[in-house]
Amino acid sequence: MPATIEQDDKPQIDIDRSVGDFRYDVNYEFDAGVGLSEATIDYICDVKKDPDWIREFRKDGYRKFLEKPMPTHWASKDLENIVFENIRYYLSQGVQPKRSWDDVPEEMKKTFERLGIPEQERKYLAGVEAQFDSEAAYSNIKAAVGEQGVIFVGSTEGLHKHPEIFKKWFGKVIPSSDNKFSALNSAVFSGGSFIYVPPGVKVKHPLQAYFRINAQNFGQFERTLIIADEGSEVMYMEGCTAPKFETSTLHSAVVELVALKGAKIQYVTVQNWSPNVFNLVTKRGLAHEDAEIKWIDCNIGSRLTMKYPGVIMKGKRARGEVISIALASDGQHQDTGAKMIHAADDTTSNVVSKSISIGSGVATYRGLVDIPPHRKGCKNNTECDALLINSHSRTDTYPAIVARGNQNSFQHEASVSKINSEQIFYMQQRGLTEGQAMSLAVNGFVNDLVREFPMEYSVELKRLIDLEMEGSVG
Amino acid sequence: MSLSIQNLTANIGDQQILKGVNLEVPAGEVHAIMGKNGSGKSTLAKIMAGHPDYTVTGGDVLMDGQSLFEMEEPDERSRAGLFLAFQYPMEIPGVTIANFLRAAVQARLPEGEELEATDYYAELYKKMDALKIQRSFTSRSVNEGFSGGEKKRCEILQMSMLEPKYAVLDETDSGLDIDALKIVSEGVNALRSPNRGFLVITHYQRLLDYIVPDKVHVMVDGRIVMSGDKDLALELEAKGYDWVTEPALA
Repeated sequence: MPATIEQDDKPQIDIDRSVGDFRYDVNYEFDAGVGLSEATIDYICDVKKDPDWIREFRKDGYRKFLEKPMPTHWASKDLENIVFENIRYYLSQGVQPKRSWDDVPEEMKKTFERLGIPEQERKYLAGVEAQFDSEAAYSNIKAAVGEQGVIFVGSTEGLHKHPEIFKKWFGKVIPSSDNKFSALNSAVFSGGSFIYVPPGVKVKHPLQAYFRINAQNFGQFERTLIIADEGSEVMYMEGCTAPKFETSTLHSAVVELVALKGAKIQYVTVQNWSPNVFNLVTKRGLAHEDAEIKWIDCNIGSRLTMKYPGVIMKGKRARGEVISIALASDGQHQDTGAKMIHAADDTTSNVVSKSISIGSGVATYRGLVDIPPHRKGCKNNTECDALLINSHSRTDTYPAIVARGNQNSFQHEASVSKINSEQIFYMQQRGLTEGQAMSLAVNGFVNDLVREFPMEYSVELKRLIDLEMEGSVG
Repeated sequence: MSLSIQNLTANIGDQQILKGVNLEVPAGEVHAIMGKNGSGKSTLAKIMAGHPDYTVTGGDVLMDGQSLFEMEEPDERSRAGLFLAFQYPMEIPGVTIANFLRAAVQARLPEGEELEATDYYAELYKKMDALKIQRSFTSRSVNEGFSGGEKKRCEILQMSMLEPKYAVLDETDSGLDIDALKIVSEGVNALRSPNRGFLVITHYQRLLDYIVPDKVHVMVDGRIVMSGDKDLALELEAKGYDWVTEPALA
């Protein structure tokens, strides 16, 4: 029996963004204006009272940003549509985050309450940082965690109060010159988290950051640095939302992780960007001997996401892992992947990527696994599965595995599947609407990965997928 | 109260498959449709359920007086009380039987009402026990890697959970060995009730030894050409289909 349905005449995707799509008017005390120049950078430095070395770091980043080409030749021409002169690079109501929600300015507090942050904090988090445009409006850590010597503050506070640790690692995992957007972030970074976990301390509950873009024509450039000292463990979770604007918004973060000997870092992202956001993020971790870095990454929404979390396994027996889910709805492009650099013997990496393309959405997997010839005992496993929903969806896989020498093992599996009309018919025959059926099938596809997310986030994730799928049928 | 098929005609593309089917299954009865491959039996089942590949060109199907075709989407017909046990049940990777059935049961509740998990599982386990299905079954993905017998048992489990008014069983006996056939048939028989009608589509008489029909209909080339009691099935088994087929086509 023929099993195809022409889905071209299906109504266009209309995503329900009710969760994050709202905004309150805010009067900003500090505004660097529109466009980027040395003067913009000086303005930011002055507001933040940056030390000279940071001012110089920013200006160096700015020069590299100007020099570096746009990666349009291999990524997406859509990058050319970012008009850097139209973006506002710094907006805040002051640089000092509040320790109590009661002190947070009303509009910001209302925003985060609506997003459920204070409630989650009470229920299951060890600490929270809530960033509103350029600066954290709120930052706090549970007393018991602070007493163990754990530092969890914003990047500005980190560099002012803990320069000895900050300076040692800042910009070392991801140099400003890594790419055009890491250079841009280096020039204008603001917000993000600085975390230090002392040797042997195991932080039981997750630390969470929430990044909220509220202003139009705005660029958010948070900078996160996490250092897990020897034998320590920490889980960090970040969530992101923005209201839907007519014009594009830029989110360009840099995240550096350092796991010293035997330490474990898990970094969980659930982003739910509105479809006008360019999300161009550089994330990389450095894993020392016996250390483990795991990126758990879920990309929903945005206009274009380019993000390839990486792990440099610098010490023997280090482990790197990337678990990622990308959902590209109509008109969106999720260009995601992983970089695994095996820089020591007996290192192990694992990449599991699942992508879903809906309508004209495009999901691309771009991977790099590098095992130099003189290494031995290195292992990599890469799995990429793509799910296509309806006829004009597209998916690309570019797995580059550079494994020289013969004392290492690696395996790569890729699959592409479609939700076919017979499956939808079967589920509809049991009483589920087309939207419910799609949603169930998509949740089924990512089910094994969703289990890797902390419980609270997996519930959130399922809800986000449901919303996307409900919106994807008429 | 009946499932009443009235002069139903239907196409796939330009090709006419059903050429005027008339059949009435009263609630409380089991009717069987027998016929050769390609006679239109399975098409009839899919059209009633609302498969999007087919176009109804004439006639009607009334379920207790309500036209199925007034309900556009397959899920509306399902929730109204029509169940189709598939000849080839679809695999849904990653979706467990428990979650799938839960969503289906939930879909039948009034808006705003939440299915109570403990009640649901109590009901599910009771029905699984009746079908001799192990508990571990609930955490397997729907139909994925199932044997033929498991797939059909899973269909019957779904039917017993969803409690339809009318159930259409499409070649439920295909791919079953004799033990599985007995279990599946017992499951169906346990669901027979004065309020429920069954339309059993089969190629072979064997199934009808276990699910004894009130009436047997023979379908040839998109029409019902002969109807009788259960003995008609035996006659077809003994003589083959040609003696019905040839005069009908002549």
